[in-house]
Amino acid sequence: MSDVTSAPGAASIPGDVSAAEPQARTRRRFRPNGSMIVMVLYLLFLMLPIYWLLNMSLKTNAEILSGFSLWPRNLTLANYEKILSDPSWYMGYVNSIIYVTMNTVLSIVVALPAAYAFSRYRFMGDKHLFFWLLTNRMAPPAVFALPFFQLYSSVGLFDTHIAVALAHTLFNVPLAVWILEGFMRGVPREIDETAYIDGYSFPKFFVKIFMPLIASGIGVAAFFCFMFSWVELLLSRTLTSVDAKPIAATMTRTVSASGLDWGVLAAAGVLTILPGALVIWFVRNYIAKGFALGRV
Amino acid sequence: MTLTLEGVSKRVEGQTHIHRTDLTLQNGTMNVLLGPTLSGKTSLMRLMAGLDAPTTGRILWNGEDVTGVRVQDRKVAMVYQQFINYPSMTVYDNIASPMRISGKSKSEIDAAVRKSAEMMKLTPFLDRKPLELSGGQQQRCALARALVKDAGLVLLDEPLANLDYKLREELRAEIPKIFEEAGSIFVYATTEPEEALLLGGHVATLWEGRVTQFGETPQVYRHPVDATTARVFSDPPMNFLPFEKRGGSLHLDGGREVPAAGALGALRDGRYMGGFRPNHMELERSGAGDIAFETRLAVTEITGSETFVHLDHHGTRWVGLIHGVRNLRPGQALTAYLDPAHVYVFAEDGPLVAPAAYVEAA
Repeated sequence: MSDVTSAPGAASIPGDVSAAEPQARTRRRFRPNGSMIVMVLYLLFLMLPIYWLLNMSLKTNAEILSGFSLWPRNLTLANYEKILSDPSWYMGYVNSIIYVTMNTVLSIVVALPAAYAFSRYRFMGDKHLFFWLLTNRMAPPAVFALPFFQLYSSVGLFDTHIAVALAHTLFNVPLAVWILEGFMRGVPREIDETAYIDGYSFPKFFVKIFMPLIASGIGVAAFFCFMFSWVELLLSRTLTSVDAKPIAATMTRTVSASGLDWGVLAAAGVLTILPGALVIWFVRNYIAKGFALGRV
Repeated sequence: MTLTLEGVSKRVEGQTHIHRTDLTLQNGTMNVLLGPTLSGKTSLMRLMAGLDAPTTGRILWNGEDVTGVRVQDRKVAMVYQQFINYPSMTVYDNIASPMRISGKSKSEIDAAVRKSAEMMKLTPFLDRKPLELSGGQQQRCALARALVKDAGLVLLDEPLANLDYKLREELRAEIPKIFEEAGSIFVYATTEPEEALLLGGHVATLWEGRVTQFGETPQVYRHPVDATTARVFSDPPMNFLPFEKRGGSLHLDGGREVPAAGALGALRDGRYMGGFRPNHMELERSGAGDIAFETRLAVTEITGSETFVHLDHHGTRWVGLIHGVRNLRPGQALTAYLDPAHVYVFAEDGPLVAPAAYVEAA
């Protein structure tokens, strides 16, 4: 509508229109407005700790301790080299990735049918149960460290990957159910029925028709599971000692005879951020919906 | 093939959605379920499809009890009012999906899909996803899927309600033709009496979970068994006029007395309910026998070539459908004329006593 009305007007005064536009553009370029300043400040505060970590990871220990420098004077990759060549370092990453993957897969596989039940069926106590799911997330993990430690020690699960993965499902399954239910509710029930009428059995319908429809929801739920499991330190450290020791535990325990190895720790920190950043990149388009738990 | 409902009813949480219903639908017929929203059309269809189990009664398919049979194992197809397709599949895969599940050969599937796509004018869109299509095309995709399934029972739940006027007319003309050759039992739910008449076949009128009448569409239209059926099968709804027959005259509300002419004269003395359709109300006297009513105009609606007049007659609201555009002011006094030959007579509690005389003459 608006372009229809403006078109004849613009044609009648062509000089006016063409002159006004570049003028406005140059003015905008040279006078930063409020939102630009806010944006720059925001990025500055956001990136500063990450930059400083990166900065440290590329310096030698001597330089880190010698004084203030905004960028590395003697650029070195020795810190990274150490992490990637020393098994006691890189196995931390491997262990973390193993139990995080196990946990994510486990959580999603368990949460999918649960969320489907909550979104499609009415059963006794369904609303209360749905809310109670979240109460698990209200307790700090420290509460569960002791019972898990004792339980897993006595059944011989201590210091295994599956121990950490199982411990984390306590927090991740409720969250995944909550997120997935929101996405599933957005799919009309008639699609289920049409599939049954067409002859699909339930498992076939669920995998071939339903899951593609909530693929973004599954992605978001998996992301949240991944993120929680990846950053969670307390349980993973309590439940492991050597064989399944996660990188976060390795980092916080590394104090050598000569004191803290600042450069290597910083490099480990950078490498720890990377997987999270990678995953966020893949789900960035759905993340807002995920934070709204699918209830947009 | 027949579909028989035997004493079928449905109660959900203490509320009766469908009262005891007996219905037999014959092979190769178009059966229209006509009723206002919440009258139970969809509930009845879900029972027929097997999506819901009836609380009481049995559902027979060719005389065989299929009451507890899973919907997957019944030969039914259903199209919803909402455009329901599988969004993650292409139109081709959507149409092909019921045949793929039943394990037909690739060439067989391809032939059937292309044939029904051609029929539904979907051939250029076979590679697209349903959500990239217009509403009418999406619904045609759903119809095509119902068509290829070669189901014995095809349920169409207000398939055209969400479409715009032009498309609706176009598809409404196509649907009976398409399904005629398929030879299945068709059940078509609609809220519009006009649609039921255009589709032909049989009609079952529904009111508050009860099938009030089932029969051939023109027959039901001309001979409604009771006032409820007549109200459902008239759009705008039928107008009602209570009167008392005493001797040779009719006593109307407000103390008026008119001579009982024609068929009305043959009624036994007593209180009745007269009913007439909006299109039988006139604003000019057309015959000597017409009864005149002094009314007040409440609202007029002009549709372009016709005028709806909402009249107030002693506190009762009547609707008239008048040909041509009239320039009328709300609030003005208006004389409405009614030919007694167009009046259906119902007993006070509903059942039809005498159909309108014009129906008998036809």
